[in-house]
Amino acid sequence: MTVLKIAFRNMLRNRRRSAMTALAVAVGTMTFLLFGAFVAFVFTSLETDAVRRGGHLTVFKSGYFLLGAGDPAGYGIAHYQDVAELIRTDPEIAPRLNVISPTLTVAGIAGNFSGENEASKTFFGVGRVPADRATMRRWDEHGIGQRDATDELLSDTNPSLGYVGVGLGRVLRLCEPLKIADCPPERRSATLTSGLAPALADLPTMEPESAEPESPHIELLAATVGGAPNVVRLDLSGAERQAAKELDDNFVGMNLTLAQKLVFGRGEPKVTGIVLQLRRTEDLPAVRARLISLFAQHGLDLEVRDFTELNPFYAQVRRFFGAMFLFIALIMGVIALFTVVNTMTMTVMERTSEIGTSRALGVRRSGIRLQFTLEGLLLGAVGATFGLALAIAETLAVNHAGLRWTPPGNATSTAFRLALVEHPALILIGWVAIVAVATLAALAPASRAARLQVVDALRHT
Amino acid sequence: MEPTHQAPVVRLEGVHKRYRSGEVEVSALNGVSLEIPAQRFTMVVGPSGSGKTTLLNLLGCIDVPTSGRLEVCGVDILSLGNDAQADFRSAHIGFIFQTFNLIPVLTAFENIEYPLLLLRMEPRERRKRTLEMLDQVGLAGLGGRRPDELSGGQRQRVAIGRALVKRPSLVLADEPTANLDSRTGDVIVDLMHRVQAEAATTFVFSTHDPRLIQRADAVFALRDGVLQ
Repeated sequence: MTVLKIAFRNMLRNRRRSAMTALAVAVGTMTFLLFGAFVAFVFTSLETDAVRRGGHLTVFKSGYFLLGAGDPAGYGIAHYQDVAELIRTDPEIAPRLNVISPTLTVAGIAGNFSGENEASKTFFGVGRVPADRATMRRWDEHGIGQRDATDELLSDTNPSLGYVGVGLGRVLRLCEPLKIADCPPERRSATLTSGLAPALADLPTMEPESAEPESPHIELLAATVGGAPNVVRLDLSGAERQAAKELDDNFVGMNLTLAQKLVFGRGEPKVTGIVLQLRRTEDLPAVRARLISLFAQHGLDLEVRDFTELNPFYAQVRRFFGAMFLFIALIMGVIALFTVVNTMTMTVMERTSEIGTSRALGVRRSGIRLQFTLEGLLLGAVGATFGLALAIAETLAVNHAGLRWTPPGNATSTAFRLALVEHPALILIGWVAIVAVATLAALAPASRAARLQVVDALRHT
Repeated sequence: MEPTHQAPVVRLEGVHKRYRSGEVEVSALNGVSLEIPAQRFTMVVGPSGSGKTTLLNLLGCIDVPTSGRLEVCGVDILSLGNDAQADFRSAHIGFIFQTFNLIPVLTAFENIEYPLLLLRMEPRERRKRTLEMLDQVGLAGLGGRRPDELSGGQRQRVAIGRALVKRPSLVLADEPTANLDSRTGDVIVDLMHRVQAEAATTFVFSTHDPRLIQRADAVFALRDGVLQ
């Protein structure tokens, strides 16, 4: 107790120097925590976006992940409703499940032959169950808030309703009906595959013509299971910007039923994936393990992939921000280290005679070491606590400012927040790390003080 | 290791002390042998550079001889390790410095109490002894003041209180009146003589001060590191 009292009073002895040291430690702590809070928000934001889009886990037919992208028919999951039911009713998975939803990916050619603006282009499409898609988009385990996006693009009651990426809408000359900005003047020759337009127009469609011919629509051409071409009509509810330009220029979102009609015609409908969105991300490993065991138990030739495997960008951004965070943490640690080392070295020099006196009175070397180390710890603790208070105040100010941003890999904006108070572990680790650095920084000067010869120290003026 | 109090408090046999000062080797003590009986008011006198402070440093176990034998309170100091020497100082030796050397962040009360804390004395006894010592050195009522709020004489009183509060076997004082005016020096000499008699403690001074020398029970004169 006395050692602590002496350490505290010594810290107040040279108030200006102690204040400057504590301030440097505080700035280091604040920077560490604010950047940590930003990184934590980026991570949860990316996770939320990925999980809203594609769930936590997706069940594929074995081999689809590596080979099936070009062959949705060959790698389709037959009797997928039975598989979904098996998963949905499993006692281990059921309480952890938010949504289970089948999806079908399809590739082909999209054409717009309405009026004079004829154009066509290859597309990549995803067929979803609209109600499931809407539920998945509301998932918000981390309290990120909702994106500036609408759920009205697909409809359970109108299976022919769908949407396109903004880039694809532009290429297909649908700027006006879909209200797409930045459209170039109309040039018929601009389409990549305009030569296919007459062929597409001549093909028989499996869907009746829309009762509202004036509504924007496109034709989708794809190969069926048997290899024959098939065409369906997609009524467009709008255009939605996709995260990557390549995807934006190719994406078509449609009702699962329509996608199945396009790929399987009148044959048995299959899906390429069964998406599982869990209530909490932390359940992912357990559910994944259970799915694998369930499929093995029932002899199902299926595999499970999680959202980090299906979104390499997510893992890349995590690694990038993780490395940046580590780098900044190191810099802040070094600043705190050198500041405290400098202060403690000066303190030891100034108090050499006092060290000699204490040693003469019977204080052991370990006692001197403890004394100065404790002073470093106190400086670190005061600075880190002040830095924490500053970080919390700044976090509250930022979070109440109503800022918005578009996270990496996203096309729509969301509220910008600093996730500090939501991550007590970050606060604890940051505070403890900075205090530990300050304590370690005091160790070398403290050891030097402890090694002083008593007579030399007493002679020091 | 328990000291044997029947023996002389201090015994030196053929003690040499040499140290390097830059490129030069200085011979501070050359074969000093002496014994100081218990409960004596003893002086070590001699001109500057004669080895007085070196001798006191050896007696205070804050330095070790280059050769020879040194016993304090019956304990062979050279046989003790660093921590054991610190513990020995804490238990048996009190220091009074020329420049007082009080801990500036502690009050007068806390400075006097400090050696008792190092001995891990029970708080109530510690407080009782500290208050008694404050009273004994004439600082009752000033215990809450820090050293920078006290005069030179008052600081030396605190230093005397700090040296005596643990009732040591040996008190070493290096020119204790050198930084005091003559009137305050007289008061401090009287005080030390009185508390030495009350505490039945052995005092060893290094001094030039004739007021102290005339009170001495025994005087050792040093010149060029040799006892005269």
